[in-house]
Amino acid sequence: MKATLAKLFRRRIVLAAALMLLAVAVVSMAAPWITGHDPNDTAVLQRLSAPSAEHLLGADELGRDVFARIAFGGRYSLSIAALTATGAIAAGALLGLVAGFFRRLDAPLMRIVDAMMSLPDILLAISLVAILGPSLLNVVLALVLVYTPRVARVVRASTLVVRELLFVEAARAVGVPTWRILWRHILPNLWSPILVQASFIFAYAILAEAALSFLGVGVPPEIPTWGTMVAGSQQYAHQALWIVLFPGLAIILTALSLQLLGDGVRDLLDPRLKKNL
Amino acid sequence: MPATTPQDAIRPRLKVEHLSASFHTDEGVVPAVADVSFGIAPGQTTALVGESGSGKSVTSLALMRLLSRNARARVAGQAWFVDRKGQSLDLLAVPEKTMRGLRGNEIAMIFQEPMTSLNPVFTMGEQIAESVRLHRGATHAAALAQAKRMLELVEIPAAAQRLHEYPHQLSGGMRQRVMIALAMACEPTLLIADEPTTALDVTIQAQILELMRRLQAQTGMSILFITHNLGVVAHHADDVAVMYAGRIVESAPVRELFAQPQHPYTQGLLDCLPARHRDGPNEAGSPRRLRAIRGQVASPLSPPPGCAFAPRCDHASAACTSGMPELLADEAGAGLASRRFTRCVLRQAPLAMEHAPA
Repeated sequence: MKATLAKLFRRRIVLAAALMLLAVAVVSMAAPWITGHDPNDTAVLQRLSAPSAEHLLGADELGRDVFARIAFGGRYSLSIAALTATGAIAAGALLGLVAGFFRRLDAPLMRIVDAMMSLPDILLAISLVAILGPSLLNVVLALVLVYTPRVARVVRASTLVVRELLFVEAARAVGVPTWRILWRHILPNLWSPILVQASFIFAYAILAEAALSFLGVGVPPEIPTWGTMVAGSQQYAHQALWIVLFPGLAIILTALSLQLLGDGVRDLLDPRLKKNL
Repeated sequence: MPATTPQDAIRPRLKVEHLSASFHTDEGVVPAVADVSFGIAPGQTTALVGESGSGKSVTSLALMRLLSRNARARVAGQAWFVDRKGQSLDLLAVPEKTMRGLRGNEIAMIFQEPMTSLNPVFTMGEQIAESVRLHRGATHAAALAQAKRMLELVEIPAAAQRLHEYPHQLSGGMRQRVMIALAMACEPTLLIADEPTTALDVTIQAQILELMRRLQAQTGMSILFITHNLGVVAHHADDVAVMYAGRIVESAPVRELFAQPQHPYTQGLLDCLPARHRDGPNEAGSPRRLRAIRGQVASPLSPPPGCAFAPRCDHASAACTSGMPELLADEAGAGLASRRFTRCVLRQAPLAMEHAPA
């Protein structure tokens, strides 16, 4: 484990990405203790004030502290992304395992997956939120539905490879029931591709949540997320650049770091993947 | 084997009768195994010998009922297995649930490729323990203890430590030992070994075979030994069934088969062995040159009429192509009559045998 991590962080950029994510996570979690402002406290006198000792990253059009809103917003943005990744992995892995293992179910399940993938991500998410109504949970639900097919495809492809390996037959020859073969013998062999998918979906979900909020079909505007911050303040951008710049930077840096980390993980796992599968 | 053999005095552990398996492919129905009958007495080893594609592995997988999963296979025939309680069960007819209770418990299997038959993401202990937990309902700790005993039984050094290691940390020979430990974990009464030593180098082969022999002597299990290695057969089997193109062409006790092969294919196989001591003027060709059976196995999609071996047989006559010969008990030698069967039109008029003892 230690050696694996050392190998992963041998690439500086991956290490930088990991540190960045760590910083974002720490700031978000420690938000109430380090910001000194309530994210929803309005101070009209200080509206659109530039970064200063009082407001580290300035204040927005209602005089709310931008740093506090980014820190608290990180909690929402990261939670949404984490829930989305978890949900999509769980649903996609189940779907992919079943489709890859039971040949009869493969075609029907995969055609549904294909149909879902043929719709543009954001369009599908917008429609789903429009139907379900904007709330934190519905955004997560919509994003899970959008990303499940990707996971299902990857897991199905890997399942097709693993199910033909001799140890699966050997497990059957020992009398292991089918569900247990799926759960205990095949799934653990798929963790590498699943892990890589998880890190990418995490990044996509942060961007997608921001996009949905920006378009006004995401999280309700009273909840500070990075997306709602950019969306709410965009018309003041020409007066006070910082109120969109900093939440935008938070989105970009977090998503970029996740992508880089995902790349690093993939590069690390790929050769072993080939050897094992 | 037909019902009149003296072997019936001892109830065979496994008695396979007219087993056939065919696959439905896009090109048509491929009969992989046809009319295979043999028996294994308790504590004895029966070897299935034949070249690649002769249906040995399909036979073993059909007996374990592991075929139908990924292939569109149709299996017919009967395979009577006597379980620990003395009950006779037809392996090909019992419900899947019963079968699952037998697999790994009463009937265990070892595969050819030790490198891939262990799950790379589990420790050896976990894999062996799983079988014990499934079949005996043992607790995790008890199952691991049994796993450790099994690793010691198959002579893996530092078993307690190996228990927590992963398959990739072991060599091929060690992995095959682990596979045997896994197969033996629930003390099966029948072990199906599908070319267990083919992927190993010769010195390791001998060790593994010796280990299997010792375990057999200790536990009294029967072994169905599938191989293409006649040398291994000569040393480790009690009975031999030679398969060609999905059928048994000759079966006999091991000594008799090697001393007096009756089917031209068996003779050909024995001729293919590099023999150091086989010299003399009546040897055809250069004594240094290895013999080969001419031609190739016919495609199972378009089998030749009659005997499948006829196109490659030096003794073939018109009678060979008129129909598939029956697998008949030998009548030539009175002392040999019981366990010998040959599927050849020449059976009743034995050949001038090169292999007959002088």
